[in-house]
Amino acid sequence: MITFWSELAGLLPFEWAHYGFMQNALLAVLLVTPILALLGCLVVNNQMAFLSEAMGHSTLTGLAIGVLLGLREPMASVIGFAVVLGILMFLMRRYSAAPPDTAIALVMACVVSLGVVLLSRGGGFAKFSSYLIGDILTISPRGILGLAGLLVLILLVWVFLFNSLFFVHLNRPLAASRGFPVRRMELFFTILVAVVVATAMPWVGLLVINSMLIIPAATSRNLARNTRQYILLAVIVGILCGILGLVSSFYWDTATGATIVLWSCGFYAISALFRR
Amino acid sequence: MNNSGSIRSCGECCTRLVNFGVSLGSKPVLDHIDLHMHCGELTAIIGPNGAGKTTLLRAMTGDLPHTGSLRFIHRGNIENSKPLRIGYVPQRIEIDSTSPTTVMDMFASSLSRWPVWLGTRASVHHKTRECLALVGADELINRKLAEISIGQLQRVFLALALIPVPELLLLDEPVSGVDRAGMELFYQTVSRMRKDFDLSILLVSHDLAAAARVADRMILLNRSVLCDGPPGEVLLNPLIRSTFGFGFTADEIPEHDPRGNSLLHDRCQWPREGSGPA
Repeated sequence: MITFWSELAGLLPFEWAHYGFMQNALLAVLLVTPILALLGCLVVNNQMAFLSEAMGHSTLTGLAIGVLLGLREPMASVIGFAVVLGILMFLMRRYSAAPPDTAIALVMACVVSLGVVLLSRGGGFAKFSSYLIGDILTISPRGILGLAGLLVLILLVWVFLFNSLFFVHLNRPLAASRGFPVRRMELFFTILVAVVVATAMPWVGLLVINSMLIIPAATSRNLARNTRQYILLAVIVGILCGILGLVSSFYWDTATGATIVLWSCGFYAISALFRR
Repeated sequence: MNNSGSIRSCGECCTRLVNFGVSLGSKPVLDHIDLHMHCGELTAIIGPNGAGKTTLLRAMTGDLPHTGSLRFIHRGNIENSKPLRIGYVPQRIEIDSTSPTTVMDMFASSLSRWPVWLGTRASVHHKTRECLALVGADELINRKLAEISIGQLQRVFLALALIPVPELLLLDEPVSGVDRAGMELFYQTVSRMRKDFDLSILLVSHDLAAAARVADRMILLNRSVLCDGPPGEVLLNPLIRSTFGFGFTADEIPEHDPRGNSLLHDRCQWPREGSGPA
C-alpha cells in the first residue's frame, strides 16, 4: 500500500515529492486534514471550540502518564487519558455550578500543569517539545495506518450518527422531545473529540491542533449557504491548506503544523471578506 | 401531514401528570404537580420568574429527570396508557449569526437518518415543505435559521413540533420577542392546528391577557399548582395580585377567542386549590 503510494507520489513533477518522508507526510496530511475539518464543523456548531482547545493541551498529561509508566508507546496512555478527560469534561459542562468556560479553563489549568510538572522532572522537558509543535515529517507507516483508521471511524460516525449529533446540539429539550438520546450523544461526541485530538496530536502538535479543527469550519461558515456546503467546503479548505502548508514548510524549513494553520488563517481572512 | 381529517377529536383522551416533581441538583424546583389535560384543550401556565414553568416543560420532554408519572391515557383506559408523543416549541433558541443551518437542514436531520451533509432526499424535502405550508412558512425552507425573524422561527418550530402529529404540544413562551402581527399569526395558527389535529396544548406565557384570550384553562404555577380553572376565574383570584403585583377586575378579563375550540371542559376533575399558597 505504502509502496504503491510512494510510486504514485513519485510521479508528481515536484522536487519535494521525491523524498520518502515527504511522500509519507503528504499521505498523512491528506488523512488528518479531512478528519479534523469534519469534526471541526460540529465542534463549531456546538460551540465547543474552547473545550477542544482544552483537550488538545491536556493530551500533554496523557503523554506524561505514559512516560511515567515507562510505556514504550505512550499513545495508549494519551488516548486512554483523553477518554477519561472527555467524560470528565462532559460531566463538568453538564453539572458544574461554574459557567462552562470557567469550568473548562479550570480543568485545563489543573491537567496541563500536572502534565508539565511530570514531564519536567529532572529538567527533561526539552525532549518532549516535538509534541508541542508536532512532527508530521517523521510519521511512520504505522502512524499513517492509525490516521487511516481514524478517518474510517469518523466517516462511519458521519454517515450513521451525523443527524443525531447535529440535531441534539441545536436545542436539547427539543431533541429530547423528539426521542433523541441527548445525554448519550453529548457524551459520545465529547469522547470522540478527545480521541481524535489525542490521536492526531503527535503529528500536528498540541499548540496548533485546535486551530486545524476550528479554522476550516469557521472559514466555511463565512461562505456556506447550508449544512451540506458547510461540511464539504470545510473539508476542501482543510485539505488545501494541508497541502499548501506541507509544501511551503518544506521550502521554508518550518514546522509543518503551524505552517498549515497560517495558510488556513489566510483563507479565513479572505473568506471573511466574501461573507454572505 | 395532509391527513388532518383522519385524526378526530375523541374528547376522552387525557394527558395525566401524577405527583410530578423535578429537582435541579438537590434543590426541588417543582413538587406534587397533578394535572389532567384533555385532547383539544389549551391550558395556559402562568407564574412569576423562577416558578418552574420552563422546568416543567423541559421535564415533560424528557430533557430533565422527574419523579412521579407522565402518561397519555387513551379513551379513559388507564391500562391502555403509553408514553406521550410530544411536540415542543422552545422558548427562544440561540443561533449564532454565522450558523449555516437552514430550515431544511433542521427538518431533515430530525425526520430522516440519511446524513444531512450528503443532501436531502426528495421525499423528506416534500414532507418538510408540506408541513411548513401548514404554518404558512414554506417559502422559508432554504433560508438559514440565523437570518429569519423570531416570529418566523417560532412558526418553523411549530411546524416541526407537528410532525409527527403529537398528542401533547408544549409551547414555552412562543411569542416572547415576536411583534404584534407575528403574535396574532402564531396564535391563529395554533388555534387552527388545535382544531385540525385535536391537540392538547400546554402554553407557558408571561402575557396574562393574551394567555387568557386563547386558553380554555389557566394554571397559576409557583413550584406547585396554586390555582387552576377557567382564565376568567383564575385572573380574578387574589393570588394573582400577590404573585404579580397587579390584578384584574371582572371587566378587564379579555374575551375568550372564538377561534379557540373550547368544547372540552369538565371531563376530568381538576384539582382546585383556590385558597392561599402554602
